[in-house]
Amino acid sequence: MSKQALKDNRETRWKRLKRDKWLYILLLPGLLYFLIFKYVPMWGILLAFKNYQPFIGFWKSEWVGVEHFKVFFQNPDFFMLLRNTLILSLYNLIFFFPAPIILALLLNEIRRAIFKRTIQTLIYVPHFISMVIVASLTYVFLTTEGGMVNEFLYAFTGRKIDFLASPDWFRPLIILQTIWKECGWGTIIFLAALAGVDVEQYEAAIVDGASRWRQLWHITLPSIRSTIVILLILRMGTILDNGFEQIYLMMNALNREVAEVFDTYVYALGITQGAFSYSTAVGLFKSVIGVILVLGSNWLAKKSGESGLY
Amino acid sequence: MGKQYRSTSEKIFDVFNYVFLALFGLMAVLPFIFVISGSFATDAEITKRAVFLIPKTFSLDAYKFIFSTDTIMRSIGVSIYVTVIGTIVNLFFTVTMAYPMARRNLMGRNMILNLVIFTMLFGGGMIPTYLVIRELHLLDTLNSLILPGAISAFNLIIVKNFFQELPPGLEEAAKIDGCNELSLLWKIVLPLSKPVLATFTLFYAVGHWNNFFSALLYINDPSKWPLQVMLRQIVMLSQSAGDMSSMDPTFVQPPEQSIKMAVIVVGTIPILCVYPFLQKHFAKGVLLGSIKG
Repeated sequence: MSKQALKDNRETRWKRLKRDKWLYILLLPGLLYFLIFKYVPMWGILLAFKNYQPFIGFWKSEWVGVEHFKVFFQNPDFFMLLRNTLILSLYNLIFFFPAPIILALLLNEIRRAIFKRTIQTLIYVPHFISMVIVASLTYVFLTTEGGMVNEFLYAFTGRKIDFLASPDWFRPLIILQTIWKECGWGTIIFLAALAGVDVEQYEAAIVDGASRWRQLWHITLPSIRSTIVILLILRMGTILDNGFEQIYLMMNALNREVAEVFDTYVYALGITQGAFSYSTAVGLFKSVIGVILVLGSNWLAKKSGESGLY
Repeated sequence: MGKQYRSTSEKIFDVFNYVFLALFGLMAVLPFIFVISGSFATDAEITKRAVFLIPKTFSLDAYKFIFSTDTIMRSIGVSIYVTVIGTIVNLFFTVTMAYPMARRNLMGRNMILNLVIFTMLFGGGMIPTYLVIRELHLLDTLNSLILPGAISAFNLIIVKNFFQELPPGLEEAAKIDGCNELSLLWKIVLPLSKPVLATFTLFYAVGHWNNFFSALLYINDPSKWPLQVMLRQIVMLSQSAGDMSSMDPTFVQPPEQSIKMAVIVVGTIPILCVYPFLQKHFAKGVLLGSIKG
C-alpha cells in the first residue's frame, strides 16, 4: 500500500471512529462487563498452576506447574467424579432425551386445538420453576416424616422408603426431576419442526392408503430427524455438565458417593474449604474437556449436513 | 384431516393418547395444587391424611407465621429488590451493547462479536470468578447477585439480531430529521422493539427470582439471603422452628409441614403470576434463539 493510501485509510478510520463516537460510548458498559466478569477470571485460571496463598497474593504465590493436576488424577475421587458424571449423563440420554420427542409426537396427533393448547400451557409451567422449588417439592412429598408418597407406601405395604437418603434412589430421582421440569419445554423445538411438515405429503399418503402408523414412520419421523440428530450431537458437548444446582440440592452425606460430580466437588473444596488452586485445576480440567466436546460435537453436526452452532 | 375412516386400533390409540396427555398435563401442575391446599391446612390434618385437595380445616396460620417472621420477610424483600434492580441493569447493559453491535458498518464489530461468543464456549470457572468478586469487595453485597450476570451473551446476540432486522431506511430518515444516535435508539428503535424487550424483561426477571447459585456462592450473611436460599434452609435443612425462634423473639411455634408448603407457594407465586404474560412470548423467543444470524 502506498503512503498516501495508508494515510487515507488512517483518516477514514479516525473519521469513522468520530462519526460513531456515541455508538462506542454505548458499547462501553457492556465491554467492561465482559472484560471484568468474563475475561479477568479466565486469566485467573493461572491459579491452577500456582500454589495460591491468600495472604501472599496472586503474584507472589509460587508456580508449581501441573502438580495439582497430578494429585487430582491420582486421587480416587477422580474416578468417582468421572463415573458419577458419566452415569448421570448416560441416564439422561437414555431416559430424558427421547421423552420430549415422544411427547411432541403424541401432541402432534391431537386434532382438537383447544385441548392441545391447554396441555401445552400446562406442561411448560415447570420449566419456569426454580430448582430449589423442584427439590423442595421432592422433599415435601418424599420425606419419611409425613410425606405423601411414603404415607401411601406405608398404607399399602407397611413400609417406608427413605428416597432422599438412599444412594439407589439418587439417580432415578434426578432423572425424574429433569423429566418433570424440562420434558414439556423440550417439545417446543420438535413441535416447531413438526409444524413445518408439508400437509400435502399426508394427503398423498392417505390417498395411497397409509395408516396413521405408516404416516408417522414414513413422513413424520423423517421430517424431524435432522432436529433430533443435531440436538443429540449438541448434547454430547455437555456430557460433563450435570447441572450444579440440582445435584447440590439433592446431595447429602448418605448419597454423596453416587451424587458428587465435578462442579459440586469444585464448590466443596474451593469455596467451602479454601483449596483455591487445587479446585481451580479441577475446574479447568472440566472446562477444557467440555470445550473439546462442544467443538467436536459441533464439527460432527456440520459434518452430518446440519448448520451447527458456530 | 377431517372426518375420515379410522380403524379400531386408531380409535384406541386416540383415546389412549388423550388420556395420557391429560394425565401428563395434570402431573405438571398437580404438585402445586397439593402444596397450595396443604399450606392452608393445619399440621394435624396433614399428618392424619397425607393426600387431600381441599383442606377440611381452612387455616391461615402458616401464612400468618411467614408474614410475621422477620427473616422470611427480609429474604422476600431481598428477592424483590434483586429482581427489580437486576432486571433494569440487565436491560440497560444488554440494549446499550446490542445496539452498536447491530450496526454492520461499525469498526471492530466482528472482534467484539467474537469476544462475546468466546465467553459462551469457555469461562474462568467457579473459583477464579469467585476470587474476582472477592477482590472487587462484592462478597456479601446484593450487587454480587446483580453485576456478575448483567448480560447473558445468548440474549445479547438475539437482541442484536432483532435490531439488525429493523429496516435500515428508518435510521437514515431519522438522521435527516435531526436525530442523533441516542435519540434514535430511544425514540425509534426501542419503541419498535417492545415485543422482544418484553420477552427478555420477563426472562431476566424470572432468572433473578429463581437465582440460587450466586447467592450460595457470594452471600454468607443470612440477613441478605434471597428467598430461594431461605427456602432451602426451611424445607431441606428443616431449620424453621427452632432456629428461627432464636432469631425472632415474637415467635410462636407454628405447624411445621404447612409452613414448608406455604414458603414453597410464596416462592412460586410470582412465577405463576407472570406466566400468562411469558407464555405469549416464549415460543417465539425460543425459536428466535435457534435461528442464528
